[in-house]
Amino acid sequence: MDALMLSRLQFAAATMFHFIFVPLTLGLSVLIAGMETAYVRTGKEIYLRMAKFWGKLFLINFVLGVVTGITLEFQFGTNWSRYSAYVGDIFGSLLAIEATAAFFLESTFIGVWVFGWKRLSPKAHAIVAWLVAGAGNLSAIWILIANGFMQNPLGYAIRNGRAELTDFLAVVGNPFAWQQFAHTILGAFCVAGFFVMGLSAWHLVRKSHEEFFGASLRLGAGVALVASILVAAQGHFHGNEVARIQPAKLAAMEAHWNTQANAPMYLLQIPGENGENALEALPVPSLLSILAYNDPNAVVKGLNDFPAADRPPVTITFLAFRAMVGIGTLMPLIALFAWFKRRDLGKYPWFLKLLPWTIPLPYLGMQAGWVVAEVGRQPWIVYGLMRTSDAVSPVSGGQVGFTLVAIVALYTLLGAAGFFLAGRTVVQGPDAAH
Amino acid sequence: MLETIWFLLWGVLWAVYFALDGFDLGMGMLKPFLARNEFEKRVIYNAAGPFWDGNEVWLIAAGGVTFAAFPLAYAAMFSGLYTALMLLLFALIIRGVSFEFRSKIDSPGWKAFWDGCQTVGSFLPALLLGVAFANIFKGLPLDQNQIMHGGVIDLLNPYGLAGGVLFVLLFLVHGALWLTIKAEGDLRERAAATAAKLWPVLAVVIVLFLAYTFVATKLFDNYFLYPALFLILVLPVGGLVLTRVFLAARKFWLAWGASAVLIIGTTLFGVVGLFPALLPSSLNPAWSLTATDAGIKASSSPLTLAIMLGVALVFVPIVLGYQFWVYKTFSFPVTQEDLEY
Repeated sequence: MDALMLSRLQFAAATMFHFIFVPLTLGLSVLIAGMETAYVRTGKEIYLRMAKFWGKLFLINFVLGVVTGITLEFQFGTNWSRYSAYVGDIFGSLLAIEATAAFFLESTFIGVWVFGWKRLSPKAHAIVAWLVAGAGNLSAIWILIANGFMQNPLGYAIRNGRAELTDFLAVVGNPFAWQQFAHTILGAFCVAGFFVMGLSAWHLVRKSHEEFFGASLRLGAGVALVASILVAAQGHFHGNEVARIQPAKLAAMEAHWNTQANAPMYLLQIPGENGENALEALPVPSLLSILAYNDPNAVVKGLNDFPAADRPPVTITFLAFRAMVGIGTLMPLIALFAWFKRRDLGKYPWFLKLLPWTIPLPYLGMQAGWVVAEVGRQPWIVYGLMRTSDAVSPVSGGQVGFTLVAIVALYTLLGAAGFFLAGRTVVQGPDAAH
Repeated sequence: MLETIWFLLWGVLWAVYFALDGFDLGMGMLKPFLARNEFEKRVIYNAAGPFWDGNEVWLIAAGGVTFAAFPLAYAAMFSGLYTALMLLLFALIIRGVSFEFRSKIDSPGWKAFWDGCQTVGSFLPALLLGVAFANIFKGLPLDQNQIMHGGVIDLLNPYGLAGGVLFVLLFLVHGALWLTIKAEGDLRERAAATAAKLWPVLAVVIVLFLAYTFVATKLFDNYFLYPALFLILVLPVGGLVLTRVFLAARKFWLAWGASAVLIIGTTLFGVVGLFPALLPSSLNPAWSLTATDAGIKASSSPLTLAIMLGVALVFVPIVLGYQFWVYKTFSFPVTQEDLEY
């Protein structure tokens, strides 16, 4: 394989592994800050114990997210140097702003959070928790504005053989980036909600720490319910934005080959890569037109009307989109049941036993969603502006292949250690009340 | 003008990174030699505890600023030094995780594994950053298309290795001095004695490195052109001398501060010598990547530089402010009660 394909695999592996940890960091940090605030407000020790127990899991998750994030900042230079040189004027500054305005705050105060239990008042400690949570979510904004530029480049002009910034506010106000941010944050709260709900249910099935995990489960269910409904609703508008800005991605998401008005959606569909699908059956008339443009008569452009060189891989994009939407449909149903039966879930042991198995759902949904976003953007690294094949560094395939193997091996080891440690922490349960 | 300001800020960010992360990297290297039991090992981890993560962000910021202000230099440096940077990355990864994971399970094998990660993960960054910067001082084989010729082995030339040794020694002394602040009793005394023993070695290496720099690089050209610049040497020389003076007087905070000034001064001396080149080309000076028009201009557009300057002027003082507060809040020596790692 050449350096291009290996670099793509390396970046995909590094990003997807990094993104196992990021959503939980974003969502759970807010929940923990909320628990500490509840402790300050009510003085009830259970909230403090909740913050400490979920905080232990948060920290294991957090450190893996931080160290795997450094890889990505390096990789833009090591593996995608032509991209970095071409759009660094804009993209580089967004990463630098993320570091100075957000990541510093998060990383400095996570240390205070860990070491400050005895040195700070509960109120000051809660403020620190909010700083960590706020800074993490602020980081996400800047990173997604940077990604938004790759999806929908705005506020630049081609000068001196590169993309130069002309309008900073256009870059920062990129509507596509804000849709992505909303979708990602809501997804992150789904991850945190299902995580807390599932692990609490694991303990409730075993009748251990019932008060503690009952309260945790109710919190998780509430968060999961609100977030899973909102992420689905907002996802529709995000989809409208994709249809408007990245029609080729939309066509790949639906494996839609032929341009037509009143475009149907097929309930049974096996995608193909060359001009038509292997199978299309059970059409729902006009549904694709409605979903994409909120208008049954809207014309949806098909992949056949894009030059073959400008089409994204169809099968991966199509399947990932279906996985995301399927999970997005399932989550509100589970959360709804959990929320309405939250006071007497003991009567539904099958459901409590099921809940831990639902923890992977929002994780898989988010990974699938990002596969849609990034694979669906191909063959462009910056949509319509720069091709991925023009972006790769002038490094040898051997170097990239070797580091790809090293990264996968190292990450597997770290992931296993983290999973083992988190598992132990869960089984041990919270510290006893004083 | 903006380019020059950003060049200096670029140098300052690297200098602050070395001065802050330097001590926790140094402690990571010293731990196998200084700690005599489990408690002392944990004291060393916890002496870095509240600080290491925030310190490391200065590296992210320095890298990010290279990307934002000098994208061509970022692209050439990171792709050209591919293998060295990947090694640095792996080292930082295992090191960061070792802090968080090591003391969570009470098993000798588990702890020994992460102790090893901490040691290797602290030594490699110190060495690699020294090797990388010495090679930048000397000039890298960059062609007119900003493509670097030669691999990681070529970086391990005598001058590059001398830079690596210098950084390792600077960080060792810096780390030992931090332990004189954060440890108590026996461990503190051993840390002070270690710093005192390493100091003359460091002093000799600094002098030799300066002489070698005079021979092997063009770093002194700027200084002979504007002799007033030699005043910068007051920082490293003064820092070096005062480190020893304060250490002897057992004024540990001041000794650590002087060591920080030494590291910052050493970095700035090199960076000012480099100006205007971020990455000098050893093949042809006209192919150097520079902040100004002297070689291949690596800078971002004036608009980006102006916006980023605004961001830096607002946020860097804020960061320094809250990090100062953190250092003040956790300035006490680590006791049994404070062990979180």
